[in-house]
Amino acid sequence: MQFTRTEMLPPRAPPVSQSGALKWVRENLFSSWLNATLTILSGLVVYSLVKLSAPWLLHAVWNANSLSECRSVIAANFGPDAGGACWAMIRARWYQWIFGFYPPEVYWRPILNFGLLFVAMAPILFSDNLRGSVKLVGVVAALTILGLALAQGSWGLFALLSAIMLVSLAVAAWAPRYLLIATVLYPFATVWLLWGGSIWGPLLALAGFALIVPVYRALSPRFGLVVATTGGVIVASLWWFVLQGYVADALQTAIPLGIVAVESDKFGGFLLAFLIGVSSISISLPIGILLALGRQSNMVLIKALSVGFIEFVRGVPLITMLFTASLLLQYFLPPRVQFDLILRVIILVTLFSAAYNAEVVRGGLAALPKGQSEAADALGLDYWQAQRLIIMPQALKVSIPGIVSTFIGLFKDTTLVSFVGLQDPLRGITSIVRADIDWKGIYWEPYIFVAAIFFVACYGMSRYSLYLERKLGTDHR
Amino acid sequence: MADTALKLSDDVAVQITGMNKWYGSFHVLRDINITVQKGERIVICGPSGSGKSTLIRCINRLEEHQQGSIIVDGTELTSDLKNIDKVRSEVGMVFQHFNLFPHLTILENLTLAPIWVRKIPKKEAEETAMYFLNKVKIPEQAQKYPGQLSGGQQQRVAIARSLCMKPRIMLFDEPTSALDPEMIKEVLDTMIDLAKEGMTMLCVTHEMGFAQAVANRVIFMDQGQIVEQNEPKEFFSNPKSERTQLFLSQILGH
Ligand SMILES: Nc1ncnc2c1ncn2[C@@H]1O[C@H](COP(=O)(O)OP(=O)(O)OP(=O)(O)O)[C@@H](O)[C@H]1O
Ligand SMILES: [Mg+2]
Repeated sequence: MQFTRTEMLPPRAPPVSQSGALKWVRENLFSSWLNATLTILSGLVVYSLVKLSAPWLLHAVWNANSLSECRSVIAANFGPDAGGACWAMIRARWYQWIFGFYPPEVYWRPILNFGLLFVAMAPILFSDNLRGSVKLVGVVAALTILGLALAQGSWGLFALLSAIMLVSLAVAAWAPRYLLIATVLYPFATVWLLWGGSIWGPLLALAGFALIVPVYRALSPRFGLVVATTGGVIVASLWWFVLQGYVADALQTAIPLGIVAVESDKFGGFLLAFLIGVSSISISLPIGILLALGRQSNMVLIKALSVGFIEFVRGVPLITMLFTASLLLQYFLPPRVQFDLILRVIILVTLFSAAYNAEVVRGGLAALPKGQSEAADALGLDYWQAQRLIIMPQALKVSIPGIVSTFIGLFKDTTLVSFVGLQDPLRGITSIVRADIDWKGIYWEPYIFVAAIFFVACYGMSRYSLYLERKLGTDHR
Repeated sequence: MADTALKLSDDVAVQITGMNKWYGSFHVLRDINITVQKGERIVICGPSGSGKSTLIRCINRLEEHQQGSIIVDGTELTSDLKNIDKVRSEVGMVFQHFNLFPHLTILENLTLAPIWVRKIPKKEAEETAMYFLNKVKIPEQAQKYPGQLSGGQQQRVAIARSLCMKPRIMLFDEPTSALDPEMIKEVLDTMIDLAKEGMTMLCVTHEMGFAQAVANRVIFMDQGQIVEQNEPKEFFSNPKSERTQLFLSQILGH
């Protein structure tokens, strides 16, 4: 049975699999009796759904001033028993779902703010993909300018705001690094643009962050990292909660600079949902990461605090927290600080999703081999360097699907703020519009409209997470 | 004892005196005394679970000891973070499973610590990295990711990564035991080169050929204790203790 190969085999192409539509159908839809039955059943379900909704969608009316007018148009065109969608009410009242009761003469402020949101996010979303970020900023700049053109305002204002968007586009294309400045300033710009009033408040709040750095630098060599960080945060908080108000007032009297103020109760609709959603999403991720690290810490106090917080928040319904928040925050904060309702809600929703994010990130941390942090230690990296450069990039990559799920959940949960009297798009605005004499009795159309917008936003997040996974998946693990 | 150690510190690289360590109630290292001179190459061997990894990991404080003292290059390891940082920046370590950073390219793996810990400019760090990649004979892999390299290549990258920090002492924890036989040699050759250049090395390994070729001393451990230490020739040809004889017959026997 002796065998010696005299010639090595050359590589061959893999066998070509047979193809064709019929073959595909047979293999995937009718491969067995069970499969065939299921295929026919689902076909019937789809058919009856289409049959039910098609006439309603096809008989849609876009031009009418009230529901009764809608109905008479449908009856005239399609017979007395025909049903049809009355999209006319969306046409008549869409702006209320978008802006709530925000004054129409300053719609340019939320529009500009929404456009700048994407400018600020571009360097983070597409960190090393210049083309992606230019495309995003380009499309957004075009849409924002279009939106501004449709909004009320003087030509001078329109020119100025368009220039801002075009400059952002230029920066994105030629000096993408500087876009990060927009990212840092964006939160302060948002507060000022949306609520208006004196510019000194947001500027001085920004100065508070600048205080943390020198305090940290001064303390860290002698007392170590934890004391230095805490010290920095305490000094900054003193500034924000005690001093800042007086200084801002003084400056405003000396040098009055500002735009018309808009009260919080004017906010509503998707303006409100996006405001709460975006702020909570962006703040909750870093807090969640810190909580996850705290939970793994071997400092007993920090660990206990993190675990306690996470378990408490996950054990209590968001609505309960929204209700009690107004009371609790009033107790804990100094009397001079008047806490805006929207701000309160943002803080709570943020903490809520931070707890969930912490657990998702913890899962990612647990998936990392212990050798990674050991190698970082052995190379002499300190704790934060190791976390930032070695641990988090890998742990977050594993956690992306979970984190995005949390974010999508959070965004949809923003509708719960209707329980504390804010006008969310779903319950708040919709019930206001439906209470209108003209549109009384309308049912499906507003919900479909609101659902569609939510769907677009959530689907966008989900697609982005797939993109991110694909991009990070290139490291050949 | 500590006093004399500090005085001797000019030519002593590592001085371990009366060191004990427990995992919970399990006494994993018992009364360890080792002095390593600068430029000395020491091989540590012993059966599985005898505490070799634990011992070597104590030297750069990946594990904490509870009793006795460890002085590395004149710095005593205590809970003082500054001392730990100082020791870690002078001691390189190579692990059994390489522990390269999978999300970074080979070049980034090599330049990361020099840039962030030693604060060396990126360009200079990259030059140093290429120098050491040349030395371990894989400069052409610089832009790849660890997952694209063979085990032997990964381990050589790991050695180069430690060398980029210009350490004075190198620790190896079974660097070849996760490798296929044909890759073991390339890693051992790299280590032999390093030994020839006078690097102080402590190496946990069962590669007895390597021990005979480069070691000044072989330390045999069992049950958390140093059972025997001797220069390699004597150690292999004339083991004193029964345990050593048994161990040697097992690993050399087949
Ligand atoms: N983190 C830990 N907690 C508890 N016990 C541990 C821990 N790490 C190791 N041990 C135990 O300590 C003993 C020594 O372990 P160590 O890893 O140092 O052995 P080793 O000599 O390196 O063995 P090997 O040749 O298998 O690597 C073993 O009995 C092991 O089970
Ligand atoms: Mg071991």
